[in-house]
Amino acid sequence: MTKYIVNRLLGMIPTLLIIITLSFFIVRVAPGGPFASERKLPEVVERNIEAKYHLDEPLIQQYGRYMFDILRGDLGPSFKYKDYDVNYYIANSLPKSVVLGSWAMLIALVFGISAGIIAAVRQNTWIDYTSMGIAVIGISIPLFVIAPVLQLIFAMKLKWLPTSGWYTTGEGYATVILPAVSLSFAYFANIARLMRSSMLETLRSDYIRTAKAKGMKNTTIIFKHAMKGAMLPVVSYLGPAFAGIITGSIVVEQIFRVPGLGKFFVQSSFNRDYTLIVGVVIVYSVILIVMNFVVDIIYAQLDPRITYR
Amino acid sequence: MSMKPDAKVVLEVKDLKTYFKTDAGVVKAVDGVSFSVREGETIGIVGESGSGKSVTNLSVMRLIPSPPGKIVGGEVLFEGKDILKLTEKQMRSYRGNKISMIFQDPMTSLNPFLKISTQMIETIQLHEKDVSKQEALERSIEMLKLVGIPSAEKRIQSYPHQFSGGMRQRVMIAMALSCNAEVLVADEPTTALDVTIQAQILELIQKLSAQMGTAVILITHDLGVVAGMCDQVCVMYAGRIVEKASTDELYARPSHPYTEGLIKSVPRMDTSKKGDRLFSIEGQPPNVIDLPPCCPFHPRCNRAMDVCRSVYPPVKNIGNGHEVACWLHVEEQERAQALANDKQEEKA
Repeated sequence: MTKYIVNRLLGMIPTLLIIITLSFFIVRVAPGGPFASERKLPEVVERNIEAKYHLDEPLIQQYGRYMFDILRGDLGPSFKYKDYDVNYYIANSLPKSVVLGSWAMLIALVFGISAGIIAAVRQNTWIDYTSMGIAVIGISIPLFVIAPVLQLIFAMKLKWLPTSGWYTTGEGYATVILPAVSLSFAYFANIARLMRSSMLETLRSDYIRTAKAKGMKNTTIIFKHAMKGAMLPVVSYLGPAFAGIITGSIVVEQIFRVPGLGKFFVQSSFNRDYTLIVGVVIVYSVILIVMNFVVDIIYAQLDPRITYR
Repeated sequence: MSMKPDAKVVLEVKDLKTYFKTDAGVVKAVDGVSFSVREGETIGIVGESGSGKSVTNLSVMRLIPSPPGKIVGGEVLFEGKDILKLTEKQMRSYRGNKISMIFQDPMTSLNPFLKISTQMIETIQLHEKDVSKQEALERSIEMLKLVGIPSAEKRIQSYPHQFSGGMRQRVMIAMALSCNAEVLVADEPTTALDVTIQAQILELIQKLSAQMGTAVILITHDLGVVAGMCDQVCVMYAGRIVEKASTDELYARPSHPYTEGLIKSVPRMDTSKKGDRLFSIEGQPPNVIDLPPCCPFHPRCNRAMDVCRSVYPPVKNIGNGHEVACWLHVEEQERAQALANDKQEEKA
């Protein structure tokens, strides 16, 4: 097991290098550039800027320089935002997105798993229809509708929660609730549906029939005998979902003024901000790779038939 | 393998009816089945797929998935008490404790996520509250030794996937008998196993039931298995028992055309000659949805009469405790009467 973990961790390095290389070249293939604007700059100015950012060098030399910087942990200067470098922007915004994403994920997990189990156990009753109805709403209504509606109800009408802001800027911890709930909706829906179908399948399996024939109580059967097996599809969904929830929260971050990473994810590609794009891609890839790794480990913990060597 | 007429009856099934409501109509999976099992006796229930043998026994355990299934009539008397009238909670204290069950496919019948020890200990502790975990573990190891699992102390800490099919079925048997059940229901326990393993498992069931005085209800479609193991046989067809007798009696005097067909379709080493074709019963078992009140076997029967096509035959005792539901064993007069009655009803 230890050997497997070390191997997997080492295996992440080439994967990341390939991702960095690919994204480095792909963003440069895209038309336009960080300093392209409608009004053409004077040629001297343009040349000076390019020289400053080493854009005048051959591409392969730029790549070598960039890779060398990355190995030292330096993601380079942003081409658009002059005040700080990419390291600073990511270090500053990533924790906020992680906090928001983790809360959203926690909410989605707790409610999604419970709703899925209840719906499966009470299949074809009003409880099943209600929770699956909510899940379908969660999947089909876009975030930019859910979020303002929640703001309208809980912030404007009931005045229970702040409309927007973030606790790091001194606006109180309650600011986390609305964005986290809005963000969790779609993930809640997916988890609930996954959990319901896998629980239904598990409850129909032969070994559950055996447990019934042994005289076990329904609650014991569900939590001791069926839970582990039924969790597997949900666990494998968690890897990509967690990466997505951290980086894909742009809409929520905009609506609730959360100073997270999502803004950079979108803005950097509009700006052709080469270094920032690749920086954000690296963050996304690392989260995805690490989460998939964690999922594999959890998998082995849940299912004794899976062993890693 | 003798009849045990003096032993007391542990389980008696009386006129059991289990129906399934489907979109296509009501499936009368079990329609008026009666049999009884004495202490230490092995009774075989034989029939084709879909004849209702599994549903009969799941009904006895009250494990019919409901909806769509429902036990609509009859009684299941365990030591004289109708367990169909128990609450679900009371019923749970019977399952795995007084009546145990082992299933067809040992590969999927054990929980792959839990250790054998966990699965065995929980059964014992569930039914015997004052047994400590350590005692339950020791007893489980004893049971595993009894069913012939080598180095049971170590193997009990394994997961099911670390066992072969035959070994898993042994574990299932050990688990089912760990609470000294009075009745063991074995639902085709060897169908999914290799032929060589089949004989071992059957022998094991036979040995343990004799040793522990457990009555066994053996569900199978293999008449060869029945001949080797059972004291009594019930032959089921389309949700009913068509013939019931002691094993020796049934083989000596098969009286229902269906039973005759079944016996003839077992390949034999002694009487069949090289080049002989194996006998098979023509046709398919009937669809049990909205079955008309006739003998369900008549379309496949080469001795079918008019009365078979319109009225279900009554159960007749033809001596030696041999019961059969076939018009061939009913007096000419009674047959004519039944047919006449049916014609009259049709007119009215």
